[in-house]
Amino acid sequence: MNLIAELAISLLLVTGGLFILVGSWGLAKLPSLMTRLHGPTKATTLGVGACLIASMIYFPVFGGTYSAHELLIALFLFLTAPVSANMIAKSHIHRQGRGIDANPSDHIIDGLASPGTGSDWATFMGADEGKPVTKQGQRDAASDL
Amino acid sequence: MTGSILPVALGFAFICVSLSILLNLFRLWRGPLSADRILAVDTLTINAIAMIVLFGIAYATSAYFEAALLLAMVGFVGTVAYCKFLLRGDIVE
Repeated sequence: MNLIAELAISLLLVTGGLFILVGSWGLAKLPSLMTRLHGPTKATTLGVGACLIASMIYFPVFGGTYSAHELLIALFLFLTAPVSANMIAKSHIHRQGRGIDANPSDHIIDGLASPGTGSDWATFMGADEGKPVTKQGQRDAASDL
Repeated sequence: MTGSILPVALGFAFICVSLSILLNLFRLWRGPLSADRILAVDTLTINAIAMIVLFGIAYATSAYFEAALLLAMVGFVGTVAYCKFLLRGDIVE
């Protein structure tokens, strides 16, 4: 039983370490911010999750104690990683839309392409309840009905 | 109590996480945009959580988990605050 648990812990630790390394390698290597977001948000979160599961197996088998702290940390990380990635991408898009910090590798120096539905992208629409705004900045009369 | 596999795997994981922290520090130093640096700090926090969990396994103590939990929460709040500053504080919307 101990040998099986030890094998499982070792496998999870090696996998988690490799995923963490791959995520950070992507963060250092990839050319632009929008591509760099992929490494930490997916690979690193998965690697930390594997390390936490290894710890969750280790303590009941070898330490004799059990606590749900690791589960809490894993749940919190898996919930917050997409939210923080979304916030970073949103601030980056807004800064590039205003010509600040333009990066040629992102291919969105001139702003995003039109979504093709007559209204602008939702992130540029402001806080007025998500209703479509016309090009002149006036509220579309048809959408108020 | 444990055999000889677990220390090797722990050492490998420690090496991987340390290299990752070095790569994150490289991106924090180089990062051309402010958003790059925010992303590097966010990843650095997640790697620090992984390092704390590995230390907990290596020393067979569960005293570090409160630190990891606090780091997860504070890291998330810090990332959101930095992004809000980039969105609202620097730019007149």
